[in-house]
Amino acid sequence: MSDKAAPAAAAGGSRAGMKKELPERFRDYKHVWVLIEMERGVVHPVSWELLGEGRKLADKLGVELAGALLAGPGDASTKAIEEAFSYGADLVYLMEDPLLADYRNQPYAAAMTDLVNTFKPEILLMGATNLGRDLAGTVATTLATGLTADCTELAIDHEGSLAATRPTFGGTLLCTIHTLNFRPQMATIRPRVMAMPEAQEGRTGRVVRHSLVMAESDIITKILDFIPDANMDKAQLAYADIVVAGGMGLGRPENFKLVTDLAQVLGAEYGCSRPVVQKGWMPAERQIGQTGKTIRPRLYIAAGISGAIQHRVGVEGSDIVLAINTDPNATIFEFAHMGIVGDALQILPALTEAFRRRLAVNRLAG
Amino acid sequence: MNIVVCIKQVPDSAQIRVHPVTNTIMRQGVPTIINPYDLYSLEAALQLRDQVGGKVTVLTMGPPMAEDALRKAMGIGADKAVLLTDRFFAGSDTLATSYALSMAITKIAEDEPVDLVFCGKQTIDGDTAQVGPGIACRLGLNQLTYVSSIEALDAKAREITVQRRSEGGVQVLKTKLPCMVTMLEGSNTIRRGSMPNVLRAGREPIKTFNAAAAGIEDVTRCGLRGSPTVVKKVFAPKPRADKAKLIDTTNRPTSDIANDAVEAIFAAAPKLQTDLVGRAAQA
Repeated sequence: MSDKAAPAAAAGGSRAGMKKELPERFRDYKHVWVLIEMERGVVHPVSWELLGEGRKLADKLGVELAGALLAGPGDASTKAIEEAFSYGADLVYLMEDPLLADYRNQPYAAAMTDLVNTFKPEILLMGATNLGRDLAGTVATTLATGLTADCTELAIDHEGSLAATRPTFGGTLLCTIHTLNFRPQMATIRPRVMAMPEAQEGRTGRVVRHSLVMAESDIITKILDFIPDANMDKAQLAYADIVVAGGMGLGRPENFKLVTDLAQVLGAEYGCSRPVVQKGWMPAERQIGQTGKTIRPRLYIAAGISGAIQHRVGVEGSDIVLAINTDPNATIFEFAHMGIVGDALQILPALTEAFRRRLAVNRLAG
Repeated sequence: MNIVVCIKQVPDSAQIRVHPVTNTIMRQGVPTIINPYDLYSLEAALQLRDQVGGKVTVLTMGPPMAEDALRKAMGIGADKAVLLTDRFFAGSDTLATSYALSMAITKIAEDEPVDLVFCGKQTIDGDTAQVGPGIACRLGLNQLTYVSSIEALDAKAREITVQRRSEGGVQVLKTKLPCMVTMLEGSNTIRRGSMPNVLRAGREPIKTFNAAAAGIEDVTRCGLRGSPTVVKKVFAPKPRADKAKLIDTTNRPTSDIANDAVEAIFAAAPKLQTDLVGRAAQA
């Protein structure tokens, strides 16, 4: 994605690259690929979300959808392949090698580059996870192709090219980016931006094996240890059923207790907007929005959050958004489903009490 | 230890506004800052220099006014600064940016080989996190992204050991120099510039490279022409057709407002209510 191209291209318009004139060497690039991101035997759910989205793109183009799985030898890949088929993949390219058991940039980038050069996909999607971003940045460079980061929407345009939309300028605007004359067209998409597809049990497909030509002695970076996270808090926010978040409207870090109190009554996860993290009031892993976590809860309560686009794109998948803000013109009311114009410092404790009472009453009645 | 830190001057995104009619960015009067993520990398570089000796050169690509960011970085403690600026770089996407920066780093390395390149994890305006890996790939540097701490640097053995954040935990990695590192936010606290450094930063001449001086012969690899990605459309997001249904708050006690909100939520999501009540009953 271009950091600076947006205004120039939008204003300027005409240049050779703006037109689609795909060079001959790229004409046989076909099919849509999704990286199946497996770390320590566990597939990141973003891979299934991307297969769901990739299925739509492949159907629109009338091509196949493939998963690319890089893994160490073992049973985990058998299960991952079955799941990939159930989530819509027609085939899976499998590179199984002890050197791919843990993620390291060098063997993964070499493997992915070789796979692309051999089988020539037109579109390659990866999750915008630490692994996906580390890998995509390298692979796009070795392939000298375009890579659009953190897309929130993917579509196929009338010329059959990938239209990748993402927020730009700190999330004030959206821009649609194309890689017209290079292949594959690469994009990363953040976890939870795309909906999880329904698994279709019994759906099958083909497996194409490809081998890695590399020895451990070729790899300069060594893994000395892996320290698994003690608490999985960070993962829970993205996948939580209910989320309560606070913004700068709460005024002081101490007031975030009102957010956590409500979250506790609802059995919810809690988070915050970007400025709150920048102020150091909450840790970065609690940030919701474009540069933080994307959430898709059944209920999202946003207190004292103005609703900048970079926040909006992180919460748009929520079933119900309740916004609380003193400013009736706050942009959050433009995309929230329900709103309370009022001071979050008073509304939050009242909501906590109302929910507490309501749940207790129903419990007695039930 | 010869260390290069790539930084970027970015608009303070909190203060960017969009023109309501033309949908274009209103940049006038928006203050610029050093990309906040770059500061964690700058501090890590300065700490390594203080520990094992050597020098830290800050490098930025941008318009002439990006010199301000370099002077700020020198005020914080960087020894030298290089500004890479040329109209050929205008409109660069990340592939073209990493090309130009890697050429400039190669040029810097002509005086003395570069051992470490630091980049910000990502910028706050582009948010791509792609330029660091692009530079590493082009220069054949071992790549260490999302580093939460630098455990050890053995200058003699030319080895570095770091903790790197991965999805489900922390990898402890050891690799050889030269390498490219991006630091995780919160991994350190940027120092305050000392008075002598701040004074020096104001006076010291800044080395400026244009494309030719950076050793770039083929300028079609730079700027818009060298960028495989094309921005076809920039737009403000559409407001939802129906705005938020507001709960009546006029002259009502907060508890009534809260009760109405709870009712409205449960009316819209009866299944959520059932689940919550079920959960509460189990608790």
